Amino acid sequence: MSAEEKYVAAAYLVIFAVVLAYVVIIALKLQRLERELTELTELARTKQEERRAVAVG
Amino acid sequence: MSTWLRNNRLAALAALAFALVTASIALVFFYAPVDVDGLNQKIFYFHVAIAITAYVCFAWGGWKALRVLWKRDEDADLESYVAIHQGVIFGALTLVTGSIWARYRWGHWWEWHEDQLVLFLVLFLFYAAYFMLRFSVPAGPRRANLSAVYALFGVALVPVSILAIRLSERFIHPVAFDKGGPNMAGSQFFTFCVSLAAMLTLAATLYHVELAGKRIDVRLRELREALQ
Repeated sequence: MSAEEKYVAAAYLVIFAVVLAYVVIIALKLQRLERELTELTELARTKQEERRAVAVG
Repeated sequence: MSTWLRNNRLAALAALAFALVTASIALVFFYAPVDVDGLNQKIFYFHVAIAITAYVCFAWGGWKALRVLWKRDEDADLESYVAIHQGVIFGALTLVTGSIWARYRWGHWWEWHEDQLVLFLVLFLFYAAYFMLRFSVPAGPRRANLSAVYALFGVALVPVSILAIRLSERFIHPVAFDKGGPNMAGSQFFTFCVSLAAMLTLAATLYHVELAGKRIDVRLRELREALQ
């Protein structure tokens, strides 16, 4: 591989790496959002059960 | 527009970005001829397209910032922030790919006497500082207004950066477009246009993905406050 080819490959690899890093960051964020949503769903269910218990009691 | 397309706009945009990026890479390496600049010229197709995309992102961020101040559009603040974030990512890519090109062509990574390079770096650093300003102020209308004013100041640097190379008397940075049109063969110009469309579509996809994530984040915070 000539020096010129190495520079061209490096430029394209940088672009690919940045886009890949961006996708990884977005994936991590999605995982965090999913965890938060699960937590909030649990919280909403607990509140609903508490309200039902008060209504029955 | 079909119902599927209307409901899956983001997926369609992502698919278009993927198709255009694939097509542009194929055109760059198998269709566009190698000119006097040698194989190193292949960097140009993406480097210039990425730089133009960065300018478009900054301009879009500026337009949304104007809407924050003018129409008091609350959603526009988040849109302006995401557009500027995209602009900084594409700006960083412009600087890195440009430096790689310069290392081979000029023998060094950076040229401080080159107006366009320095002005682009100033523009990039100006918008990088936007995040420091934004996150030093608590969320609310004050932060939205301050961020919008700062974003609008930066937009003024965009035409200066683009015109610098045309106004400069001494430069070594190549001029791809001048008053006479594109300084390249038809096949090279076509490849460049596809690359530009690919980068713009990719930026639009990333913009919408990030914006959707930020909006979900805001809604979840509101939901948490309502439940507690």
